[in-house]
Amino acid sequence: MNPGYAFDWSSIPGALPFLAQGMGISLEITGVAVVAGIVWGTCLAILRRSPLRLLSWGAAAYVNLFRAVPLVMVLLWFFLIVPQLLARLLGLPPGTDMRLVSAMLGFSLFESAYYAEIIRAGIDSVAKGQMAAASALGMRPAQAMRLVILPQAFRNMVPLLLTQGIILFQDTSLVYVSALADFFGTAYKVGDRDGRLVELLLFAGAVYFVICYGASLLARAYQRRTRMA
Amino acid sequence: MDYHWHWGILLAPSAVGDGTYLDWLLAGLRMTVALSLAAWVLALALGSLVGVLRTVPNRVLGALAAAYVEIFRNVPLLVQLFLWYFVLPELLPRAIGDAYKQSDPLVQQFAAAALCLGLFTSARIAEQVRAGIESLPAGQRNAGLALGLTLAQTYRTVLLPVAFRIIVPPLTSELLNIFKNSSVCSTIGLLELTAQGRQLVDYTAQPYESFIAITLAYLLINALVMLVMHQVQVRTRLPGDPARGARASGTTAAAP
Repeated sequence: MNPGYAFDWSSIPGALPFLAQGMGISLEITGVAVVAGIVWGTCLAILRRSPLRLLSWGAAAYVNLFRAVPLVMVLLWFFLIVPQLLARLLGLPPGTDMRLVSAMLGFSLFESAYYAEIIRAGIDSVAKGQMAAASALGMRPAQAMRLVILPQAFRNMVPLLLTQGIILFQDTSLVYVSALADFFGTAYKVGDRDGRLVELLLFAGAVYFVICYGASLLARAYQRRTRMA
Repeated sequence: MDYHWHWGILLAPSAVGDGTYLDWLLAGLRMTVALSLAAWVLALALGSLVGVLRTVPNRVLGALAAAYVEIFRNVPLLVQLFLWYFVLPELLPRAIGDAYKQSDPLVQQFAAAALCLGLFTSARIAEQVRAGIESLPAGQRNAGLALGLTLAQTYRTVLLPVAFRIIVPPLTSELLNIFKNSSVCSTIGLLELTAQGRQLVDYTAQPYESFIAITLAYLLINALVMLVMHQVQVRTRLPGDPARGARASGTTAAAP
């Protein structure tokens, strides 16, 4: 440790409102991407099991493509394409700030590939006989999936879905590449402005740690409880 | 779309006059590979050590190793990178910090990036190593110790050789992850693949060609890593392994 380094935490209290605002953006992106990712991921997981080659192949290609490309690259793609596309479709004036929408869309489509793999494993974890029993009771495949398979699959998957949510929350810091003011981006800007980058970065790291570690403890507690039940 | 495609731009000489734009892309590819492999060596060594410590019969070492894993797993990679790059040099003893700050910027960026990626990944590898060791039946450890091997010998000759074979598939995804995560290091100015891609966009004004080329380069890396790791899995397979390398965790070792 450098005994000569004089810590000065005084710029943090005044910046708390901005930091809270930034945290709001981080959580907003996380929330949208978790919900949209799980919905679209479920669709992809079901499509992958489709007897129609085109559908199952398409879903597999989607999942494998997104899982092979770095998130930073995916975000850069979305910050490039989405504003142009939306401006064209909705006739928005050029220069409208669409970074938040682009980030939400990018994270949702990217994470859905990861959720699809979790959900696919969850569906496979439900005993085969359940599907057969549901068919024997006269349910159509869609009904059996909705009423019998998915409810059980999701119960098995909750800890993994939560863990993926924590990873997603951490990954939202990467909107830094578009200079969107999420929690981390705000902390960096404040630190840069006040010449107190050391303190602000340490503070940001500590906040992320507390939130993510707390959430992972909750996920573990949930897992332990359901295992006993 | 009224986008004007122009793939020939990649072969055009760059605005700075240091070869073609394709050369930039290849330089980025080399940097990504060098960074990822350097970080991988560090991650594998540290991850194995920490993973082993989590399974040794010593509470203190186990708790320290667990704390290590939790810290690196619960702070975003980008934050960790900035801590290594911007914060650590300030907190080191002045002489070392100053020497670091006066060194070649490329050395600074590469050192911070490799250290950051390596430690971040080591925590994840540690969990895989621990899971691999714990999936072995307790009788293996006991048998090793009963034969008079020391604990270290038991790990080296009995537990780890099988545990590492079991975790080849998750290690493969960690190796894929390290290549993908290396793109985060573009944020501190290291000119790896993603940073070169952004530079290509700025200089050529042909964003689609640039990003498509960079994305294809990542897909190529991905395919090569999977190919190599598949060979590793096949080559290291134990003779007589009933599951042919895809052993389910918890089954007994079938080595004759």
